[in-house]
Amino acid sequence: MTTIFAHYGSELLQGFGQTLLCSVISLFFSLIIGSMFAIFETTPIKFLRVIARIYIEIFRNIPLLVITMFFYVVIPLYLFKIDGFTAGTIGLTIYTSAFIAETVRAGINSVDPGQMEGSRANGLSWWQSMRYIVLPQAFRYVIPPLGNQFINLVKNSSVLAFVAGFDLMYQGNVIASDSLSTMSTYVCVGLLYLIITLPLSYWMRYLEKRLA
Amino acid sequence: MKKVIRTIGLLISSFAVLLLLASCGTPLSKQNVVTRAEETNTLTWGVKADTKLFGLMDVKDGQIKGFEVDLAKALTKQILGPKGKAQFVQVTSSTRMPLLQNGNIDAIIATMTITPERAKQVDFSRSYFDAGQSLLVKNGSPIHNIKDLNHSGRTVLGVVGSNSVQNVAKAAPKARVLQLSDYAQAMTALKSGQGDALTTDNGILYGMAVENPGYSVVGGTFTKEPYGIATRKGQGDFQKKIAKALTEVEKSGQYNKLLAKWFSNVPGFNYKEMER
Repeated sequence: MTTIFAHYGSELLQGFGQTLLCSVISLFFSLIIGSMFAIFETTPIKFLRVIARIYIEIFRNIPLLVITMFFYVVIPLYLFKIDGFTAGTIGLTIYTSAFIAETVRAGINSVDPGQMEGSRANGLSWWQSMRYIVLPQAFRYVIPPLGNQFINLVKNSSVLAFVAGFDLMYQGNVIASDSLSTMSTYVCVGLLYLIITLPLSYWMRYLEKRLA
Repeated sequence: MKKVIRTIGLLISSFAVLLLLASCGTPLSKQNVVTRAEETNTLTWGVKADTKLFGLMDVKDGQIKGFEVDLAKALTKQILGPKGKAQFVQVTSSTRMPLLQNGNIDAIIATMTITPERAKQVDFSRSYFDAGQSLLVKNGSPIHNIKDLNHSGRTVLGVVGSNSVQNVAKAAPKARVLQLSDYAQAMTALKSGQGDALTTDNGILYGMAVENPGYSVVGGTFTKEPYGIATRKGQGDFQKKIAKALTEVEKSGQYNKLLAKWFSNVPGFNYKEMER
């Protein structure tokens, strides 16, 4: 294992960096897109509800790899060139956002309807009530399931390996086939994933204790 | 107290079961392949399933077909007699080594080039097919040989675990190399413009050119890639049997027949040169 680190340190580090970068970008955008669709699902406007329903049901029920391959292979064929890293990150963002939307929606629904009614009765608009009264409470409820989604997101970023996105898993495959020591390579790769996911896991637990 | 005794009893019994399981015979990977094969009358070969001409899954009947599959069948018959059965397990460049080491397959016959690094991990037979690395490009591409790829901004597609990507890194160090998981995916990536050329051994590339009109093999070969049959270390008996069987298959003319069967219709490939 130490020999793997000594020989392929720069490759592993590059893979680690790409995985981290892809995870951070996807986490940021999927949280925004997911929350947006969660709000759409709970609006009184039927059109937005339908849009959100379609988006969530489609992308929650297609394998991540299929979405990613679509961006890697089909889009460049007809529209414009997308490299593996971008295709993987877009796929991951879309896929995760569908799950986050469902999670956040569940959070919004678990806030007592009286909260919304009360704030509306006090003269706040629907959006103001959502923004200042309902959402802050909803996010408290959903911290534990959101943490799960974030951890899944980091692990799912290994989809980049299939589209030559130079992430940790890709480098792992390359190193394993180059060094021919499969076992220790994947142990190294697993440890590097733990370096990202374990702190995330503990941070989520901490937030859960403090807020929920 | 009762609870404690019960817990201890459970622990001991589960430990005993574990020991029993662990002692069940020698692990698959340590058994003598020849002895086991003669008992079961079966040899398990790791073959490619995504490589036209060598080993390709026929979706109609679910069988893997190709030159290597036929050669493996012929070798099995030589080793085990006319009733010997050849079983096939689908492998890729990156899965074949682990599958061999853990005993899932007895031998690899999957377009595997004999290299000194690999020979440290497995034992090779002598070459059964002499390939060479080449390039597949879209017709009308500005790339005509490996030198055209040696510019920054050029991207070459290859497959993880094949030594062709390392060869390109040597022959065209300025090109960016993308390694995909198998040849089908590399071909798809080439079609969607993710790279300028696809590189691997000419035999495989000719197969792709046959399947994909509009793409052709260019630039001749720039390496020598002798394919060997790989077995686990410490299976000397088995390697001897393979060597003998290979000689028999070549002598009887079966080898040339198989060569003609698979390669006679490939444009640009002179199979007569490869006859033995």
